[in-house]
Amino acid sequence: MKYVDEYRDGNRARQLAEVIAATAAPDRLYRFMEFCGGHTHAISRYGLEDLLPDNIRMIHGPGCPVCVLPAGRIDMAIALAQRPEVTLCVYGDLMRVPGSQRNSLLRAKAAGADVRMVYSTLDAIAIAEQQPAREVVFFAIGFETTTPPSAMAIRLATEKRLGNFSIFCNHVLTPPAIQAILDGVDLADPDQVALDGFVGPAHVSTVIGTRPYEYFAETFAKPVVIAGFEPLDVMQAILMLVQQVNEDRHQVENQYIRAVNRDGNQRAQAAVAEIFELRAQFEWRGLGLIPHSGLKLKPAYAGFDAECRFEMPELTAADNPACECGTILRGVKKPADCKLFGTVCTPDNPMGSCMVSSEGACAAHWTYGRFRDIQRKAS
Amino acid sequence: MSDKRRKLNLRTGHVDLSHGSGGRAMAHLIADVFHAAFNNEWLARGNDQAAFDVGQGRMVMTTDGYVISPLFFPGGNIGSLAVHGTINDVAMAGARPLYLSASFIIEEGFALAELKQIADAMGAAAREAGVPIVTGDTKVVERGKADGVFISTTGIGALPDGLDLSADKARAGDRVLVSGTLGDHGIAVMSKRANMTFDTDLVSDSAALHGLVAAMVAADGAGIRVMRDPTRGGLAATLNELAQQSGVGFRINEESIPVRPAVAAACELLGLDPLNVANEGKLVAIVAPEAAQGLLAAMRAHPLGQDAVDIGEVIADDHRFVQMTTSFGGGRIVDWLSGEQLPRIC
Ligand code: SF4
Repeated sequence: MKYVDEYRDGNRARQLAEVIAATAAPDRLYRFMEFCGGHTHAISRYGLEDLLPDNIRMIHGPGCPVCVLPAGRIDMAIALAQRPEVTLCVYGDLMRVPGSQRNSLLRAKAAGADVRMVYSTLDAIAIAEQQPAREVVFFAIGFETTTPPSAMAIRLATEKRLGNFSIFCNHVLTPPAIQAILDGVDLADPDQVALDGFVGPAHVSTVIGTRPYEYFAETFAKPVVIAGFEPLDVMQAILMLVQQVNEDRHQVENQYIRAVNRDGNQRAQAAVAEIFELRAQFEWRGLGLIPHSGLKLKPAYAGFDAECRFEMPELTAADNPACECGTILRGVKKPADCKLFGTVCTPDNPMGSCMVSSEGACAAHWTYGRFRDIQRKAS
Repeated sequence: MSDKRRKLNLRTGHVDLSHGSGGRAMAHLIADVFHAAFNNEWLARGNDQAAFDVGQGRMVMTTDGYVISPLFFPGGNIGSLAVHGTINDVAMAGARPLYLSASFIIEEGFALAELKQIADAMGAAAREAGVPIVTGDTKVVERGKADGVFISTTGIGALPDGLDLSADKARAGDRVLVSGTLGDHGIAVMSKRANMTFDTDLVSDSAALHGLVAAMVAADGAGIRVMRDPTRGGLAATLNELAQQSGVGFRINEESIPVRPAVAAACELLGLDPLNVANEGKLVAIVAPEAAQGLLAAMRAHPLGQDAVDIGEVIADDHRFVQMTTSFGGGRIVDWLSGEQLPRIC
């Protein structure tokens, strides 16, 4: 584990924290959004907030694929799993995500649906091979990182002529979501939080490279630093953002040079381009419909597309109206600002998407940080 | 008709419904598998119950069901686990475990060879611990109605005079001691689950802790407030339970919590927190501050407590939070797990 320990050295973190504090201008506010839930998780789990000066605020963005999946898509998956001929293969953390009517795949499974927890697309392929008489559907979800494995699974299923395998595609794209957030922030509205920069997800950039972010950095004049998920990576990225803001620069910088370059992994990109195409629009929980933000299978692969194969109706379902997920995902409000936080809505009984996955802003704050709300109230 | 007994085929045979019928087949199964493995004077008498002497004073009693997948894992199997787990539940009261009972629910079709392996491991664990399995029960259910084997064990023990450990006794200022590295059992078991793509040399820490407990009680029984073995839910669940029951909070230090590199690596891979992962051979002791050093020394002198450390303190907190100072110097909560521990996507 040597390679991880290096990025978790407490002493180095404290030194870095001192440099950040010395670099940040005391008379200005720095508001950075970490787009990805992996960063949110690292910040909460290592208590990084306590290491930053008060004028550097981290805003937790929408970047958790579980959190942004709308209730309607969960309802569609549940309906699929309830078909007697279908075995639905899903990643573990999707099991508890609430659809509408408080249903979830976990509950559907308890009621008799054949839902299996898997760790990779290959597990789903193996199940399809073992059970030729059943329709095996893989519930594909995730950002650019998890799309290439789904593409590879379709290639493999084609090679093996697997007639009983398909995927329910919910892959989404990072850049359109960042654009939607930037478009949605009303700079004239004092209640809205303006953003001074982004920490970009390294794992996404290992696939797509850093180039797609150059457009935002330019158009919206926001610095972007692509960072790894170890706590020291995040700290270093924050320092790089502070420096850019101080120098009035807005470039795409790469903290994660150990695995990311400007153009990304072109073989993975080619595999994705061969199998998938853009949807006209896709609904994001908390953010609404975002144009060109999701993927579907190309018509040539319709046989592997569960939505074609089973004629699944598009379901939509409204979130709880009191849920503030939308404003939280855009960085306008904090989890504790939501009336439902910690009372009705907890990780055991999530009402909104931000409370579902451990990477969601509400869940991370509840699980690791809620003691700070009490300290704040007391002081 | 000849009464000549057809031997059980322990190599290739399977459990069938007749083995649970109450007839001759069941008698053979019990004799050849369970009595052979547990082998002691109480079982040998062949009664439906065991009679034994009880000493003076207070007894403790506990019961637990074991359902685990896979049944065999590095460092043990469901049988040894059932013995260790129940002995430990008795021992956590500070008591000396005396006797165990074991009840088996076996699925039709289960391989006799595996059943024998499980029973042998139980017998060996009970002998090594000096706590005989003196009575038991066997049922066979139809195929599909159980997952191989389920085992329930009950244990009783004797409490030394004057000892009264209880989960509501933690007080602000008390120290929190753990007897060794965390998460070994949970990760060893997970590594052998179907679909898991990681390999590890880790073995379960499954062990009977009554010897370690006896050493602690001998060193300073009066200084111990609470003991608990952090099994399912790990250290996080144990401390949260104690916080609720005693009406206190905890502050622990991440840097002092012992976790093997292999466990940390596997947790990293699976998106799990070692503090939530199960242990089967570790204990947490909440002790009076003035007793901490002496108890720690007594723990370290015992083979099962060599790596014992002081990981933090009990604090006054109406919110009953378990707080941790991270290795980075920041603060965070250590929470219960919500639902089952499920690996993250990315
Ligand atoms: S606390 Fe729950 S309901 Fe409120 S914003 Fe967060 S997820 Fe939505």
